[in-house]
Amino acid sequence: MDESRRKFMKMITVGLGSLVGAAATVPFIGSLFSPWVRNKKEEWISVGPVEDFPKGTNTLVEFENPDPEDWAGMTKNSAMWLRHDEDDGFIGFYVNCTHLGCPIRWEAKANLFFCPCHGGVFYKNGEVAAGPPSTALRRYKVRTREGKVEFLTNKVPIVNITYNVEQL
Amino acid sequence: MKHFFKRIGHWFDDRTGWSENILPIIKHPVPPNVGWSYVFGSAVLFCFVLQVLTGIALAFMYQPSVESVYESLQYIRHEAFMGNIIRGLHFFGASGMVTLVGIHMIRVYLTASYRYPREMSWISGVFLLLLVVAMGFTGQLLRWDDEALWSTFVAAEQMGRIPIIGDAIGHLLIAGETINGFTLNRFFSFHVFVFPGIMMMLIGLHLYLVIRNGISEPPVVGRKLIPGVYRKWYDKMIKEKGEPFFPNAAWRDAIFITLVFGVILSLAIVVGAPPLKAEPDPQHVLSHPRPDWYLKWIFALYAMMPPEIEPYLIFFGPLVVISLLLIYPFLSKTGQRHPIRRPWAIAGVVVTIGIVAFFTFMGFKSPWAPKFDTKPLTEAMVFSPKLQPGAQLFYDKGCQYCHSINGYGGSHGPNLSKVGEHRTREHIMIQIVNGGKEMPAYGGILSSQEMEDIITFLKEFKAADYPHKKGKLPAKKAKQRSKKRDFPVKEAEEKPD
Repeated sequence: MDESRRKFMKMITVGLGSLVGAAATVPFIGSLFSPWVRNKKEEWISVGPVEDFPKGTNTLVEFENPDPEDWAGMTKNSAMWLRHDEDDGFIGFYVNCTHLGCPIRWEAKANLFFCPCHGGVFYKNGEVAAGPPSTALRRYKVRTREGKVEFLTNKVPIVNITYNVEQL
Repeated sequence: MKHFFKRIGHWFDDRTGWSENILPIIKHPVPPNVGWSYVFGSAVLFCFVLQVLTGIALAFMYQPSVESVYESLQYIRHEAFMGNIIRGLHFFGASGMVTLVGIHMIRVYLTASYRYPREMSWISGVFLLLLVVAMGFTGQLLRWDDEALWSTFVAAEQMGRIPIIGDAIGHLLIAGETINGFTLNRFFSFHVFVFPGIMMMLIGLHLYLVIRNGISEPPVVGRKLIPGVYRKWYDKMIKEKGEPFFPNAAWRDAIFITLVFGVILSLAIVVGAPPLKAEPDPQHVLSHPRPDWYLKWIFALYAMMPPEIEPYLIFFGPLVVISLLLIYPFLSKTGQRHPIRRPWAIAGVVVTIGIVAFFTFMGFKSPWAPKFDTKPLTEAMVFSPKLQPGAQLFYDKGCQYCHSINGYGGSHGPNLSKVGEHRTREHIMIQIVNGGKEMPAYGGILSSQEMEDIITFLKEFKAADYPHKKGKLPAKKAKQRSKKRDFPVKEAEEKPD
């Protein structure tokens, strides 16, 4: 066989093979990265009338994520801490500890949030009181409309070391 | 009749080339003095096969959809034929894999078998090691109980420590911006399809390399490796003195594998797979997430390392360690192979085992975790009216979660049973007001009367006059302790628009 013919056949085999191989993996790569292109929804959720939340208390608000899948089951459930501060009005905190995301619990008598995982403790305003967390509790945007308290649902706050998740 | 079967055998052999091509591989020659230290590789392979088989058995029943997964696991646990044994085999098989992989790696490392010409075996082995850890992690997650759910959050948060793209990677991991209907399926696909697929390819490579390069000869004190002549020397040695792997070495593998399976099966029957924790719900904030035993050391590391260096350690630590492991065959090219002549290697292994063992032990104890289920002092002892208010506050304000008195309380902070004996009132007050890195500053939380009461209690409590807590609680991993919550809960109304 001719040298150039052999070269041509090699080119066809490798070239077409790589092309088709790459094309075949596109759907797979697409599905792998689909969460990045999926439509993200944010919603204002009404928690209830202002009178339901006395000053100085923290309430655990249970809500559902906006636009969950039909089969989402319990994953559509979510919770947040709503504080009615004497001075600063309504503040909404994520339940995720800013260390590594474990759920924090509020102890009313001690006026502290405790994390069960690595010893993180937060004050009532979300500032770090003790332990490994390095940033204050993440907050939701909260507003009052027509006498009702509302907050904006958003993504799970993942603490990025390059820049902080913006204070909402 | 016998003749008939013999003819079928010959036909099969002729069409497939079994005795010509496969049998020689099974009987490949090995150095004559290969001993019991060589059984660990095949033991790992056995565990892998066991995991695949029990995994398939589980997948016949497991429903990988967040809505039904918990019930399907309850079914496997309580109703399925041999369901709990299969679960147990799968869990202890995983433990076996992690343990045996470690022992195998140590054996290879100590005898410097990663050197020429077997560097690729080591490199493929390192990737297999990482995949085994990944399988263990995603496997626990698939239990999708309360612990698993929060582990998912923790995994995503760890990704966040990667610079710049960290939170994007985290969101990729959980298939969305928060835990959703796709999260479980992503982990299921990785655990069942992607990782095992890659592992099978790497195992194939790993085994092929054993045939290609031959299993390393047991090291001899004083013998040097000369790359230029090694292959010729090895081929000659094998030709003259080699013995067939089957059965001369394989019999040892068979005995050890039987032992391993015996242990795994006994554990599966007697101890059983980890019990399913509470049904998962992101609204259950009274949770105690904990990883399975082989990851407890990382859990302890996160709690114990100084927070200032933590983001950098989480990212660079694994990066540096894995890179070092991968290039190690090129860092340690020469020298003797016998462990007796490798004191630094032995020291390194001992230190590593020591560190991992220490952190694993700490991970089980987790003294830094608040002891939420501690019995209030006022319920365990009777106090005078002078001490009663302070003793009650000691519990209400959360002090008892981290400090113990007479055995009641947590172990994060110092034991305060005798603090009144060697600290003045002023000293105690300063500590409580200011706190520290591991203690909140209670100055802004306590009223002056409350402060007085607590200081009085701590100063005047005489440990010897009161009962000491008898014995220890059985060392259970912190699970769902039913502590009554003292915060109000509200359900959000329908969304306004």
